[in-house]
Amino acid sequence: MTAQILTWWTILRICIEERIVYRGDFALGTLMRFLPIVTQIFLWTAIFAAAGTGSIKGYTRNEMVAYYLLVMLARAFSSMPGLASGVTLQIRNGEIKKFLIQPIDLITFLLLGRVAHKMVYYLVAAAPFALVFFFCRNYFSGWPEPGVIAAFVISLVLGFLLGFFLEATIGMIGFWSLEVSSLLFIYMLFNFFFSGHMFPLDILPEPWFTLVDYLPLKYLAYFPAAIFLGKVSGPELVWGLLVEAAWVMLFIISSRFAMRNGFNRYSGYGG
Amino acid sequence: MQRGTTTVRDNEIRGETCSSSWAKYFQVFWTFARNSLIRDMTFRVDFIIQLISSTSFVIMNLGFYLLIYQYTNSIAGWSKFEFFVFIATTMLVNSIVQAFFMPNVQEFSELIRTGGLDFALLKPIDTQFLISLQKVSWPSLGNFGVALILLFYSLGHLSAGAPSWIGLLLYPVYVFTGAIILYSVMIALAATSIWLGRNQSLYDFWFYITNFSRYPMGIYDGQWGTPLRQVFTFAIPILIVINVPAGLLAKPFDPDYWYLALFAVVATAVSFWASRRVFQRALKSYRSASS
Repeated sequence: MTAQILTWWTILRICIEERIVYRGDFALGTLMRFLPIVTQIFLWTAIFAAAGTGSIKGYTRNEMVAYYLLVMLARAFSSMPGLASGVTLQIRNGEIKKFLIQPIDLITFLLLGRVAHKMVYYLVAAAPFALVFFFCRNYFSGWPEPGVIAAFVISLVLGFLLGFFLEATIGMIGFWSLEVSSLLFIYMLFNFFFSGHMFPLDILPEPWFTLVDYLPLKYLAYFPAAIFLGKVSGPELVWGLLVEAAWVMLFIISSRFAMRNGFNRYSGYGG
Repeated sequence: MQRGTTTVRDNEIRGETCSSSWAKYFQVFWTFARNSLIRDMTFRVDFIIQLISSTSFVIMNLGFYLLIYQYTNSIAGWSKFEFFVFIATTMLVNSIVQAFFMPNVQEFSELIRTGGLDFALLKPIDTQFLISLQKVSWPSLGNFGVALILLFYSLGHLSAGAPSWIGLLLYPVYVFTGAIILYSVMIALAATSIWLGRNQSLYDFWFYITNFSRYPMGIYDGQWGTPLRQVFTFAIPILIVINVPAGLLAKPFDPDYWYLALFAVVATAVSFWASRRVFQRALKSYRSASS
């Protein structure tokens, strides 16, 4: 047990050090990611000005801007850049072999690497995030209740796990098909539109909203933001978190299942 | 007059008559385009998948604006079909940039890092021309077709009636100048990677900056918006890239777009010239990476 924890700790430390090497690029990239928010603020201001009504489907302009800011935060947890494509690349170039001969579990290794990646990210991104939220504090109508904040934090952590295991599962498809870049593109596309990254999902007309509501993608961006803004509350909120946890379990199992079957299928050639 | 390797090659080309050197450059470009098409056609399924995936992105994006126009009649004075003309213009300009320039400029920073730029410098042809155009990404032109369909469909539904002939004539010209402005920003940014070594955020940076150009300039209004609009119109002229051609077609009676159209000619020339200067300056600081 202690040996196991020591291994995990070593992996985590190596991954953190690896990340810190590129901190300059990292910090710059983080700041730039806020630029689209600027255009979103202007776009929605223009839309609300022309619509003439104070609210669209229950969102005021301020709530809309707050929504986009919160989605940025949610995506800072749930987005997994390069995870699935990294796995498929390792399968294609044979690097995956090392997990077959070393006593390290592939998914655990990837998860620890991702945790390290995110920890360094939050360290670097905390300042720009705080700055942007401070400047935009007027778009928020004060802090929600502690219970809501707790649910919000839980949804962020679950969002991280869901994003990780969902993308890890997709990456494992690389065992069956060597070229999955187009599949990844389609996933990215769906993710972009139906996670709530592009717009709050509840402004969708029926039957679209009900349809999207059944997909796990909404937990990656829409759901945490909706919790914070008080769009979901009470039993609906508890039920949502439970369903999210169930999705996480499902994708933990499916990624394990796909990995085991993939390893059985895998054949490595050459040196 | 610039000194250095580029000038030597420029002079070689200038030694010939001007028209024959233009013809030669066109011929070289034609070969690049043909080779790229042959390569794309070798992996036909991949080609089709790329076509479908880039088109589906565009269609989903269109869905987003259809959704928005459920709740409003206009965005910054652009009615639904006027705005669709705007989106079609964005798609046209972007597909040109993505087909001709993006795959090359993205590779440029890699050429610097690996020292592969040596080979480009040795060739008896203008280096900027070579590294900017040697690959054509044909699947990116799929959006060009979708954009044309959307454009003509939207033009038929404009409340102001059919656009003027002069607008239709000028439209392709300004789509082209728009692509040139975006290219200029891109190549100037790429050239900085000669100074900075590796610059991974480069493409992101270009994307985030040009993201401002994808909306009608009227949305940038108010205390923060107006200065922002002025900077992106007059300092880095990315707001005129889409707004001018789209405005000329969809809003032919708004005099603002005609003034901007005049300005766009100057802005295109200046940005292209300035980016070329940046590129040539950066080349002078290039020290090969390998050997």
